[in-house]
Amino acid sequence: MSDRIFAGLWLAFCAAVAAIAWKIEAPFSYEPIGPRAYPILVTGMMAASAAWLLVKPDPEPDWPRGTLARRCAVLFGAFLGYAVLFETLGFPVSTALATMFIGRIFGGGWKGVTVAGAVLGTGLWFFFDKLLDVTLPLGRLWAGA
Amino acid sequence: MDSLDHLAQGFVVAAKPINLLVAFLGSFIGTVVGLLPGLGPINGVAILLPIAFAMKLPPETALILLASVYIGCEYGGRISSILLNIPGDAGALMTALDGYPMAKKGLAGVALSISAWSSFVGSIVATIGLALFAPILARWALAFGPAEYFVLMVFAICCLAGMVGERPVKTFLSALIGLILATVGIDSGSGVYRFTFDDVHLSDGIQFIVVVIGLFSVSEMLVMLEQSHAGQVVIRNTGRAMFNMKEMAETWWGTVRSSVIGFVIGVLPGAGATIASAITYMIEKNLTDTKGTFGTGDVRGVAAPEAANNAAAGGAFVPMLTLGVPGSGTTAVMIGALTLYNITPGPMLFEQQPDLVWGLIASMFIGNVMLLVMNIPMVGLFARLLYVPNWILVPAIAAVSFVGVYAVHATTFDLVLMVALGIFGWGLRKLGFPMAPLILGFVLGDMMEQNLRRALSISDGHPAILFQSTVSLILWALAALVLLVPFLLRRRKKS
Repeated sequence: MSDRIFAGLWLAFCAAVAAIAWKIEAPFSYEPIGPRAYPILVTGMMAASAAWLLVKPDPEPDWPRGTLARRCAVLFGAFLGYAVLFETLGFPVSTALATMFIGRIFGGGWKGVTVAGAVLGTGLWFFFDKLLDVTLPLGRLWAGA
Repeated sequence: MDSLDHLAQGFVVAAKPINLLVAFLGSFIGTVVGLLPGLGPINGVAILLPIAFAMKLPPETALILLASVYIGCEYGGRISSILLNIPGDAGALMTALDGYPMAKKGLAGVALSISAWSSFVGSIVATIGLALFAPILARWALAFGPAEYFVLMVFAICCLAGMVGERPVKTFLSALIGLILATVGIDSGSGVYRFTFDDVHLSDGIQFIVVVIGLFSVSEMLVMLEQSHAGQVVIRNTGRAMFNMKEMAETWWGTVRSSVIGFVIGVLPGAGATIASAITYMIEKNLTDTKGTFGTGDVRGVAAPEAANNAAAGGAFVPMLTLGVPGSGTTAVMIGALTLYNITPGPMLFEQQPDLVWGLIASMFIGNVMLLVMNIPMVGLFARLLYVPNWILVPAIAAVSFVGVYAVHATTFDLVLMVALGIFGWGLRKLGFPMAPLILGFVLGDMMEQNLRRALSISDGHPAILFQSTVSLILWALAALVLLVPFLLRRRKKS
């Protein structure tokens, strides 16, 4: 069933892509094949493969259930939060928070994850920003003060 | 001989202090990344690539770093296969079949040392093969026109569809998703923006690193969460640390055979270490296993796949350096690395960048010696890393992945896109879509389209040009062959 749902969604996606691709037009064209043909060709093949899946799906995969599904969702939320706050809070603070949060999801104790967060947040910042010259943000939030 | 002169020059480049240091660090990091379950060569190389670029390392140094990480991973993967029965990376899958039973018998030290040795032999055979055959192939490939290139890439995708995964349809769809993702951004043929939705972040396309780290690292961490409740015990009693002459003699021919086969499989575009180790294990089992000891802790079953996965990693460099078509997922990432440096891999590379190519080859010889030294006496040190709990490991992987993505463009947009692709990739993986074809499609996408359009421009729009030259016809035939043979074999097995 999952395969069928995916295939259905993917067919809709292909239709959307094809609709957008159809409007691509080059103002000047020096070649017989413009920028439009190739995306449409690939989308057509994608649609054909998806249709195949719709007709002949695989057995159901083992989706996480119950608590595990909730933990997966929380982990996804943690990644998203980390990404959004990365520049605002800066690398050291956002990494420390993300470490504590993700560490808890993976079963770390409060004390352990707090220490790990502090060490990773400051340690990695020094390692990358100071030692390796990879510029990392310190945080827009504190920069104004 | 011409190649020997070049190789000597390569050793001069590789022996520069910075390059030696980088080869050492890369080997070390590679072994660590390889041995940690959940992190494989693709993740390691993808995360290090932007960091190397941000550190402004010269291109040959960056490439040496990435290559030694790649080879180091193929060494490191065996450690967790043997001690934990969980392959550290996909290429070490077969090593667990005999390595873990050996460890349970108290022979972990022997399994670790003989597999380090066979990894070394495999790598050296492949590096010699690379030095011998790559220049020949490069000279031959100079005659390739756009039509031949296009067919070559079709062949690469067919190789994957035929050999990877249970469902060729899913592999094919994976590659197509990669191809369509690659069309986002400005079209280099006409200057038109495609699928950018007038967003400035998308105008030069989706960043390669974002796709790789999202699909591999982020989705991998979700997989690690799912599997984390299954507890596994690390074997502590490693016994005799070194193999003896009898064990070496017993495995020698199998190691050499597997090295050569592994190299050839590695050269095929798309087919990498995982396939090589699986095939050689089956070959050795059929050839030498008269008493049925394979799978119960036979030392030959440890040596063969380890030689093969290292040889395949070395072989994967051949199409990457000579044709610009990656031989494996990891070399696909390295092609991305070269493009960051505005170097187009292909047959011209051997003429235009001899220092880069031969420096890389020479440093692979040096790196393998370092790895052998690291992986026999120091293996206990690495094994201790297996005790690091996931609640420290996963946040550290997350932080380093985020740094890797941020180092390229320094935008929040890329980070969010990475997380979104991570979820998408996780879903695809759960549904049984392999990820390596997606990366390959993404890397090849632009080249494939531009070559197709160039070919059709030459012929004024007639597709017949794709079937004109002998080379194209051979490649079409090979493509059909790699699709049909596994299909027919599966049919025969069923009936």
